[in-house]
Amino acid sequence: MKLEARNVNLYYGEKQALRDISIGINANTVTAFIGPSGCGKSTFLRCFNRMNDLIDNVKITGDILIDGRNVYKSKMDVDEHRKKIGMVFQKPNPFPKSIYENVIYGLRIAGVKDKNVLDEVAERSLKQAALWEEVKDDLKKSALSLSGGQQQRLCIARAMAVEPSVILMDEPASALDPISTSKIEDLIYELKSQYTIVIVTHNMQQAARISDKTAFFYLGELIEYNETATMFTNPTKEQTQNYITGRFG
Amino acid sequence: MAKVKEKVIEGFLIFCSLVTVFTTLGIILVLATESVRFFQEVSIVEFFTGTEWTPLFAKKRFGILPLVCGTLLTTLIAICVALPLGLTIAIFLNEYAHPKFTAIVKPALEILAAVPTVVYGFFALTFVTPVLQSFIPNLSGFNALSAGLVMGVMIIPYISSLSEDALRAVPKSLREAAYGMGSTKLQTAFRVMVPAASSGIIVSIILAISRAVGETMIVAVAAGQEPKFTFNPLSSIETITTYIVQVSMGDVPRNSLEYSTIFSAGMALFIFTFILNNISFYIKRKFQQKYE
Repeated sequence: MKLEARNVNLYYGEKQALRDISIGINANTVTAFIGPSGCGKSTFLRCFNRMNDLIDNVKITGDILIDGRNVYKSKMDVDEHRKKIGMVFQKPNPFPKSIYENVIYGLRIAGVKDKNVLDEVAERSLKQAALWEEVKDDLKKSALSLSGGQQQRLCIARAMAVEPSVILMDEPASALDPISTSKIEDLIYELKSQYTIVIVTHNMQQAARISDKTAFFYLGELIEYNETATMFTNPTKEQTQNYITGRFG
Repeated sequence: MAKVKEKVIEGFLIFCSLVTVFTTLGIILVLATESVRFFQEVSIVEFFTGTEWTPLFAKKRFGILPLVCGTLLTTLIAICVALPLGLTIAIFLNEYAHPKFTAIVKPALEILAAVPTVVYGFFALTFVTPVLQSFIPNLSGFNALSAGLVMGVMIIPYISSLSEDALRAVPKSLREAAYGMGSTKLQTAFRVMVPAASSGIIVSIILAISRAVGETMIVAVAAGQEPKFTFNPLSSIETITTYIVQVSMGDVPRNSLEYSTIFSAGMALFIFTFILNNISFYIKRKFQQKYE
């Protein structure tokens, strides 16, 4: 079990956003979190790398484990922990630096100075993210000059450059056009052999296409969690059925 | 009837806005015409290259460099104080402090800019200078150092407040990206936030410089009235603004050559701050669009 959550509750001030969620995610799989807006799927995703720490007034109970280690233990070094978990966000968010500097950011903050290592990692990561051919001649150009789809693949390359074992994706294709989306989906499929990927998505076809398992959230609860094929053909809960057939959400 | 009332109000509003425009034009006109008269008698080359400024002595010299030098010296000292402190405060308030703390401390800091400058001047002269003299024995009673230090404190809020605004305007997604990569707070602040807010931070610094260049009371009270072509912060100097005060209040006959020196000095000062302000507007316009 790569990732595990046990009885997780999360509160924004008085408001409870996650209710008693337990889930286990295997290594080298793609897991999709689906559900209507405000159901807590992104909030839950952000528990795994403690991104909710950045928001005031958040209280979390229960356990989140990665490789069996508790993420919310007080002795945990949060910065070190986040280095091992890549994250890709809804909107592409490259730094206002060159393409090259974006990719190797993780190595820079880790203090890596060897030019050969940096060049090698930059090339490897950009190739993995299927961006190398498009940018290899202008690595020094600002990342903000790329198109939205390219920026998102750059963000994926940046996340992979530090070789994390888990990649969390929060609706990575929702701001992109169909062609860029299909490139990102192909990429996710390729990356599965090396990484454990958890992806939040609004797009049910996308979840059906790329994931091995799917979790359906509604009003802060995990309603159903099963093999994607089973989930989309033969859901056990009525709410799941209603949502995936488009009756609400 | 209602139409007429509309017209009257509209006219009044236009008049109000024109008052400020015409005041500015009037100032430029007065400075220009008086400066032209001055430059009919004094060579413009001597004015900008001469290293002696003695218009009030028997042997008159009209080289403005000593005054420019004094102005730059006090401004430089002030920026050396205000830039590191102001930027540190901005980063602390934005990245480290609790939002409630920021909400209280930021307005409190801005009070620094509301203290009357003459109070700062006497604070420099009667408190900072004696304290400094206790470990710098050869410090003169009037000196650039203590005036510059106190002026630096005065302009801290210009840098801290405007830089904090700039840091706050950086999109939340960039901060998340930085933390998501495992950056520490310090790395997030200096590798991501400060570069992303750099245009706003530079503008805040230029406005602070421009404020320091034009500052009058602190330097008039604490820095002395000796135009010297020196960059020694321990000695007494004179800034452009101090000179203008000195002549305006002294018994120099109107319409004399000595009197018209204040217009040429004023013109030099005006051009200086005008250029600085325009650079900051330019930077603001050019780089702000990037993140919107």
